[in-house]
Amino acid sequence: MAPERIKILVVVAVLAAVALIIPHTTSVVILIVTRVLAFSILVMSLDLLLGFTGLASLGQAAYLGVGAYLTAILATRYQMGLGYDFWLVIVLGMIGGALLAAVFGLLALRATSVYFLMITLALGQCVWGLAYRWNSLTGGDNGINLQHRPKFGIDLADPVLFFYVVFGFFAVSLLIMYTLIRSPFGRSLTGIRERELRMKILGYNTWLHKYLVFIIAGAFGGLSGVLWAHTAGIVSPDNVVLTTSVDALLMAVLGGSGTLIGGVIGAGVVLFIREYLSTLVHWWQYVLGGVYVLVILYLPGGLMSIPERLRQWRAAQGEASGSPNFVTAGR
Amino acid sequence: MASNLVKRLCLPPLAAGLLSAVYVGPAAAQQQELHIGLIAPVTGIFAQVGADMLNGFKMYLEQTNSTFAGTKVVAIIEDSQGKPDLAVTKAKKLILEDHVEIIVGGVLATEGYALAPVSTAEKTVYISSVTAADDLTQRQLNNFPYFVRTSWTSSQPNHPLGQWACEQGFKKVAAIAADYAFGYESLGGFQKAFEDCGGKIIQKIWPPIGTKDFGPYIPTIKADADAVYSLMVGPMTLQFPKQLRQSGYTKPIIGGSVSYDEASLPFMGDEVIGDVSAEQYSAAIQTPANETFVKNYRAKYGKVPSYFSESNYTTAMMIDDVMKETGGKWLGSEAFIAKLVALKVDAPRGPVSLDDMRNPLQNIYIKKVEKTKLFGYDKPELWDVVVKTYPAVSQFWTYGKDAFLKQPVYSRDFPPCKYCE
Amino acid sequence: MDARFWLIQAFNGISYGALLFLVGSGLSLIFGVMRIVNLSHGSYFLLGGYVALSVIWTTGSWLLAIPVAAVAVSILGLLMERIFLRPLGFDPLRQVLLTVGFAFLFQQAALDIWTGNPFDIDPPEALTQSIVVGGLHLPLYRVFMIGVALAIGLSLWLVIEKTRLGATIRATVDDAQMARGVGIDTSFISMLIFALGAFLAALGGVIGGAFLGVYPGLDFEMLPIAFAVVIIGGMGSLGGAAIGALLVGLADNFGKALFPEISYFTLYAPMALILAVRPTGLFGRE
Repeated sequence: MAPERIKILVVVAVLAAVALIIPHTTSVVILIVTRVLAFSILVMSLDLLLGFTGLASLGQAAYLGVGAYLTAILATRYQMGLGYDFWLVIVLGMIGGALLAAVFGLLALRATSVYFLMITLALGQCVWGLAYRWNSLTGGDNGINLQHRPKFGIDLADPVLFFYVVFGFFAVSLLIMYTLIRSPFGRSLTGIRERELRMKILGYNTWLHKYLVFIIAGAFGGLSGVLWAHTAGIVSPDNVVLTTSVDALLMAVLGGSGTLIGGVIGAGVVLFIREYLSTLVHWWQYVLGGVYVLVILYLPGGLMSIPERLRQWRAAQGEASGSPNFVTAGR
Repeated sequence: MASNLVKRLCLPPLAAGLLSAVYVGPAAAQQQELHIGLIAPVTGIFAQVGADMLNGFKMYLEQTNSTFAGTKVVAIIEDSQGKPDLAVTKAKKLILEDHVEIIVGGVLATEGYALAPVSTAEKTVYISSVTAADDLTQRQLNNFPYFVRTSWTSSQPNHPLGQWACEQGFKKVAAIAADYAFGYESLGGFQKAFEDCGGKIIQKIWPPIGTKDFGPYIPTIKADADAVYSLMVGPMTLQFPKQLRQSGYTKPIIGGSVSYDEASLPFMGDEVIGDVSAEQYSAAIQTPANETFVKNYRAKYGKVPSYFSESNYTTAMMIDDVMKETGGKWLGSEAFIAKLVALKVDAPRGPVSLDDMRNPLQNIYIKKVEKTKLFGYDKPELWDVVVKTYPAVSQFWTYGKDAFLKQPVYSRDFPPCKYCE
Repeated sequence: MDARFWLIQAFNGISYGALLFLVGSGLSLIFGVMRIVNLSHGSYFLLGGYVALSVIWTTGSWLLAIPVAAVAVSILGLLMERIFLRPLGFDPLRQVLLTVGFAFLFQQAALDIWTGNPFDIDPPEALTQSIVVGGLHLPLYRVFMIGVALAIGLSLWLVIEKTRLGATIRATVDDAQMARGVGIDTSFISMLIFALGAFLAALGGVIGGAFLGVYPGLDFEMLPIAFAVVIIGGMGSLGGAAIGALLVGLADNFGKALFPEISYFTLYAPMALILAVRPTGLFGRE
């Protein structure tokens, strides 16, 4: 079977295993995995920008913020989103994220590479400032408290049910993004990442491509925010602070940029170290920092590149031992 | 760390964690152990606050050999890293996996607002030993039947301070307070009491949290103010008085609570001598109970205790006192809270009891910074010497609960700045 | 608002800008030569303050603390460049992320070594006074900051413009490939510049420590400000860094004094707008 097919099967198998096994673990593990899945939608949306279009953004938390605050404000002020209209809020969160990205994209996409990094940082910080200052709307630094999870036939207060709902959103997001990447649109994004000038010469409107993927990433960021608001039950400026955007970027690279699924692996590693390991040892920060540094140094493709590296290493071993080896390093 | 704290040292591999069955902890009813979950920031920018909190609690545990009325106390510390959603995750872990009977902690207002609903959902006692957000024990209290506060509300010490300032003869005060809810509630309390007594707040300046350079703000302070009310937090507490004095400003500073708390005072310079503030605690309280507390704490941890430490020490003491009443038995969350609310203790900060909204009724001390020798220490140091004590101050001051709750929570615009020039 | 108000605010803004120059010039040089954004720059700033505190606590000498802290941190920077950044080769994204990883490690290490208490660096008594000029109280320490920034700026300018070493640096900044072609050891220049950048940041931390304090979180608070300086002034340009620092210092100061409502935005909104209009900064070259 083609390596691509194998990868898909492995991913599907792992996801199925997660869906089946996790609900039988402890409630804390269920909670953390739910958080991983919700946050990884944001990380995967960042990967669309970073891994596939070559745009490293330090402001993606802003879109999570839009989705999260929208959810919280609608729930507490207008009693909206806690019943069947939860699904409406999902859509509104995605639209909110997309709209903000549409506005920010106009400014940000004028820059490239490191300047793009800077401008997205600045825009993200503006959102943080707004969340902090606009007390009447956002509750300022007190944040907004969501007392209940939605109930529509099923009560999402049940951690297992909520896990399944978030898992569902995650799986669908992954599917949509994967389809996008494999589409002609997605392929031209990769072309832009590789050599934008050539794409322009070939007649592609590269700016429009970048703008569209920026908006799509924003939409998924908003979705992530809606789910994130319900996992913790509190939305505050902490959700849109700079370190949240940095986290997302680091998770994407840790898992492996350009792989989509690397996002959830990166998110899983980081959140487990931060939220689970921290209950066991108090020097977990060094573990996290160490993992970042080692992966960046020795695994340029992130954790997802380990199978590839192993294959190469084994192939090199085979050659070194002199035996004829017709296995090509898998593509 | 003290040996009588149990932390999970086993490191179950992730695979095992995924495949293991649901953890079953000891049944809560017939156990001779009391499990207390302590949630505080151990890492991150609030780590020192977390350290102070935990040290206070731990000191009481060590003094009682971790035994409250014959029952062994197992304290489990979880790092909230200053993030409210992580505090929620840790709280759930403590409640659902470690089966703690009580959760203590939380620092920021967001953590308080995040943990309180968890306590309601899980029917577990949550004692906030630091979080000062006013509304948690005011208009929002009915949402949180398992929530008790042993610390304070932001406005609580500022009401008597406002009255005191007026009695001292200050007529016009310019206020500068950190631009966030704690700042609004602190200044709000001061303004209400000060203006009700006849004073006038003529200016409100709101530097963003984290401001270090007050250069833009200091020259705008109105010249006809008799004094400046300042509410500074964290590193701001060190820089503001220094920069204000260097700019040639000689009028008095009236500080809100944390502006001169012992968390910052030892690191300040002599420019703060004479500055006044108000809080429910001062390390300079001249009672035998406090002197013992301060000396023990300092000997153990190398610095004078701040209100973070005292509050957690007293919380441990209060839990112990309730356990003494029940003969060491855990009778359930509701029974515990009923007994806790009826308690009166002699804490290092003085007599403390809880009002009917589960917030402390306690002394508020008006304190002035002096360089002096106290408690037998051989060097003159900066201390918040008490100049006046207002006994049994409630979160509602003299306004009465119903009248107070009718007004909106203190915010940037409430009380309105009627006399602002 | 009389003339005295404007004068004192201008003075405050300029002195703040002086400190920002120390922070931003290092970042600008590092970017100019190595094309990477050093996200652990804030950490160098903070570590400079902490090392200075340790020196003061053990020797009691503030004067000694300044060079010791700056050199210690520059060695740290040098090691980081040699051992970790160099092997990555020319891969800006991964280099940036590596610096972030280190920033987190430094933050935790600083907490473990120095605790999280808020510290202040105490300069000599003389510098804590204020001089009165025309009715205006000018804190001497602010004057000192301006003096240091001028001295450092001038020395850097002299070295870069007037010396052989400076010429090689300029060549590397302009066109690294050509520089290599002419026989310049660009790898050595990179290392030197990174160490110099760390040196300047740490110097800023020591000088700034008496003005801003030394406490956890200061590293990530200074980082966006340093970026603002470099972005507005243009990456790789020393003169740009000076002008950027001055503009940021004045704009931040006047912005907060005149429009306190938007205090949270006086830094980031202009930064975003300037980048949107001129992506390489006001004086940058690309």
